[in-house]
Amino acid sequence: MSYFINTLATLGRYLLHSFRPRATIQYPEERPAIPPRWRGRIVLTRDPDGGERCVACYLCAVACPVDCIALQATEDEHGRRYPAFFRINFSRCIFCGYCEEACPTDAIQLTADFEMSEYRRTNLVYEKEHLLIDGPGKHPGYNYYRVAGLAIGGKDKGEAENERPPVDVRDLMP
Amino acid sequence: MSLYIDRAEYPAQPDKNLLEVCLSLGLDLPYFCWHPALGSVGACRQCAVKQFKDENDQRGRLVMACMTPAAEGTRISVDDPEARAFRAQVIEWLMTNHPHDCPVCDEGGECHLQDMTVMTGHTYRRCRAAKRTFRNQYLGPFVNHEMNRCITCYRCVRFYRDYAGGDDLEAQASRNRVYFGRAADGTLESEFSGNLVEVCPTGVFTDATLKQHYTRKWDLQNGPSLCPHCALGCNTLIGERYGEPRRVLNRYHHDINGYFLCDRGRYGYGFMTAPSRLSAPLLRPAADASLHPAAADEALAAAAALLREGAGIIGIGSPRASLEANFALRRLVGPERFFAGVGEAEGRATALILDLMRQLPVPVATLRQAEDSDAALVLGEDVLATAPRLGLALRQSTRHAALAAADRLNLPHWDAAAVQVAGRDQRSPLILATCASTRLDDAASATVHGPSDEIARFAAAVAHALDGSAPEVAGLDEARRQLAQAAAAALSSAQRPLVVAGARGGEALIRAAANIALALHRRGRATRLVWVLPECNSLGLALLAPRPLAEALAAAEAAGAPTAIVLENDLYRRAPHRAIDAFLAKARVAVIDHTRHATVEAAQLVLPAAAFADGSGTLVSSEGRAQRYLRAYPAAGDITDGWRWLGRLGALADGRAPDWQSLDEVTRACAAEFPTLAGIVDAAPSAAFRAGGRKIPRQPPRYSGRTAMRADRQIHEPPPPADPDSALAFSMEGHPGQAPAALLTWYRVPGWNSVQAVNKFQQEVGGELRGGDPGVRLLQADSAAAAGFLAGDAPEPFARRPGEWLLLPHDLIFCSEELSLLAPAVAQRAGPARLLLHPGDLQELGLADGDPAQVEAGGETMHLRVQPDPALAPGTAALPAGLPRLPWLDLPAWGSIRRVRG
Ligand code: SF4
Ligand code: SF4
Ligand code: SF4
Ligand code: SF4
Ligand code: FES
Repeated sequence: MSYFINTLATLGRYLLHSFRPRATIQYPEERPAIPPRWRGRIVLTRDPDGGERCVACYLCAVACPVDCIALQATEDEHGRRYPAFFRINFSRCIFCGYCEEACPTDAIQLTADFEMSEYRRTNLVYEKEHLLIDGPGKHPGYNYYRVAGLAIGGKDKGEAENERPPVDVRDLMP
Repeated sequence: MSLYIDRAEYPAQPDKNLLEVCLSLGLDLPYFCWHPALGSVGACRQCAVKQFKDENDQRGRLVMACMTPAAEGTRISVDDPEARAFRAQVIEWLMTNHPHDCPVCDEGGECHLQDMTVMTGHTYRRCRAAKRTFRNQYLGPFVNHEMNRCITCYRCVRFYRDYAGGDDLEAQASRNRVYFGRAADGTLESEFSGNLVEVCPTGVFTDATLKQHYTRKWDLQNGPSLCPHCALGCNTLIGERYGEPRRVLNRYHHDINGYFLCDRGRYGYGFMTAPSRLSAPLLRPAADASLHPAAADEALAAAAALLREGAGIIGIGSPRASLEANFALRRLVGPERFFAGVGEAEGRATALILDLMRQLPVPVATLRQAEDSDAALVLGEDVLATAPRLGLALRQSTRHAALAAADRLNLPHWDAAAVQVAGRDQRSPLILATCASTRLDDAASATVHGPSDEIARFAAAVAHALDGSAPEVAGLDEARRQLAQAAAAALSSAQRPLVVAGARGGEALIRAAANIALALHRRGRATRLVWVLPECNSLGLALLAPRPLAEALAAAEAAGAPTAIVLENDLYRRAPHRAIDAFLAKARVAVIDHTRHATVEAAQLVLPAAAFADGSGTLVSSEGRAQRYLRAYPAAGDITDGWRWLGRLGALADGRAPDWQSLDEVTRACAAEFPTLAGIVDAAPSAAFRAGGRKIPRQPPRYSGRTAMRADRQIHEPPPPADPDSALAFSMEGHPGQAPAALLTWYRVPGWNSVQAVNKFQQEVGGELRGGDPGVRLLQADSAAAAGFLAGDAPEPFARRPGEWLLLPHDLIFCSEELSLLAPAVAQRAGPARLLLHPGDLQELGLADGDPAQVEAGGETMHLRVQPDPALAPGTAALPAGLPRLPWLDLPAWGSIRRVRG
């Protein structure tokens, strides 16, 4: 008897559900509202001066639990370090966001774009030219090389934020 | 005999300091300025611990662990809150000026400063003051300078100046502006400058060659290797990424290299990726055609045809190829047809040295024992050029007088500054006898200069002065006789005298050196010998009893068109060019090598051999120690080890399966054939070895990019390649704990990411590696052997010839060794080759420093610029040895020199 009542109650609850507001939308005709902190397609951003932000420190690569980031560091003639190549194999990426968390320069960021489906896995291998965007992404202000001690083109020793001019080692003053 | 650390009882070690004891016990105590080889100076204040008077003392006082002896009854606390706070404070001070550089710092991920900062718990910079900055210097092709990162621990200058004897790096300026650099930009002159990379606990000094293809430590796939650039057998660690070796690190070996390598060993690795590297088999379709790349099958078929057609095959072995490769060649061609690919004189000298190693009752010294000797006599070798790490060891041997002075004052040996003050101006005897001046002369108590025959006469006089029954030298001039007597007196008053001689000096000198050692041995001194040999496997090749190269050349003359298999050897570096030209013109030559050279250009067939980063094998060092090197990464394409090529060739020749498929099989075959070599099997664990049932990973646990490195070419990740030759895996998976010493692929334990982690792999700080240091000594001195002096007349005294000069070989560290010179960084250090002459002779020739001159000798003409060296005997001239652009000469040889217009 109780079994019969239970079943009826369940059916009743199902019936009530059909009058609730719908969570499902008619994607792709209708677009979902994606929160900005969504962890989707990864981009490499630029600093406010337009320079490549990534300094090829390999921290994102080592943080990646599926090891899907590979890069090679190189330097320009003024000592600025950047990646010679930067590859993300999105067919392995689990969009955990650890790379973004590890990145000391705010270069690598996950974006709200999730529409990355491909018929061929090889198309999911993104090189630097596919990853690099023109703006600073979510962090407009930060420019790593302005706080680092390394001298690069356009920023000599002592010219970074909160730095004194280079020491004169021949100075005998106490 | 106990001491107490945090109330736990441990044995006291009064001759050690507390820091050493704590680290040996596995306790984590941060430090910067102390270094196991450099001792303590108490400069950084990082190793503070709380010391208590007795068990009732509750207050205690802070002391520096590195400056406090671990004496009986000492009570300390590492964990004490005040000590902890103090250590965190010290780091915080150090960090006030530290740049925000870790992401772009080459030290990052293997930085002792990072490790110690994490260990003390300092996380945020509270100081808001502006940071001090410095300008960097250009220090040459080996070392990069980024001075902002300095924490003024003074390790660099203590190593560079006090330990390695350099004088062009110094601490400058005062207070918080202290600067470590040169007086002006310029290349660091020391032969050991590369060690700064490991000694400096921060990113001030980093490897400039690594910077060119920078890779973090966690991304390097490593192989335990051996330095191929001299015969000492220093242990190295080669790190690879993307199929190319990226750097060489010191691999600690207690008895050999300890904590330090020479720059040739550290930076010579570039030859393995130089344009001269052979990567595919090459075939010459017709005699007048050029070499063109071929497939492995095609090349092997051509090789088999060559083997069948030739009028008898001969094999020419190599002192820079592994024991296995040489053995495989010997097996293929037969012992009667196996020849040594070394110069005539070198071969004879090496064979004599090998005989003496077996017969003399005097044992051969390890580098550690050389360092521990309290008087040394070096005969006919500029060790800084022919066995550089030995030069560093000899420099340390001169510290024994200072250590003895410290003993008299009851000062512990680890107290570096106190020992230095106590032993000021006191040096143990180091007597150097060489043809020209050397960069070790400043550490010498006496120097003797002259051509090798003169040095042989001097050596014979020393032996005679030590023991009247040793052969006498006729007609020695008085000054030399007195020098010989002084040398004899210095050696005989030592407890552990050392005699160094080598193949360079020739047989008479080798015999005289042996007689000196015998005379000292008879006097009851704990005498040791070091034999300097030219190449990394000179002794291994000699142990296979090859016939001399000259006989191969002569046999070719006689036997129509022989087929010669040349193993890892450029014959043009072994005999006169005309002789080799004639030989190569007649013979049909197959070369197996990793490097393209003049002999390759004359070959019909070339098979690409694995080198030291992508190959595996055994080398026998000049000490007689068999050691294994294991590849860091799988060889690309058709490249494979010389012994594997030869195994396949042998199989093709007789149409059966190869005698060996793996390194263990060929090593065992070699050991079975030569009783002396029986020990080589134990030089490293076999491929069947498993630790906890698993292989030893070559890749660190956080190796990155596994699923992306090859994704541009191949989206599916291949399984890691198998390695049939060792218990190492090309993978980050495997045994997580410490590997046996011969299979160590990195130094790292959680919390210790820098090279300082080697402490955790040693039985005690500065001691042997856990489980014993790798390698097997093949030759042991027979202490019961008869100690009769070797007969043989001393050579005639040197007499000047008018209008002629005796040309002597002059070894140069960055120029004379074939392989390292192919590395771009080393080539940059090679400098211009100069002909050295006595200043008087220069004047006689009407030449000034830097003028061009023409040298004629042995039918060859050479052009070089001259340079004065007052140490050279008038009437002699020193030619740079091994320089590829100069023709091979059997030196010493008489020749003429004249000035030319430049
Ligand atoms: S962590 Fe950031 S700066 Fe470092 S390599 Fe990755 S993207 Fe570049
Ligand atoms: S020296 Fe160490 S702590 Fe300093 S920037 Fe380099 S990696 Fe970072
Ligand atoms: S340069 Fe390096 S080794 Fe030298 S004092 Fe500074 S931190 Fe120490
Ligand atoms: S001393 Fe010899 S074996 Fe040692 S690193 Fe230098 S060249 Fe290599
Ligand atoms: S390590 Fe003890 S004071 Fe520096």
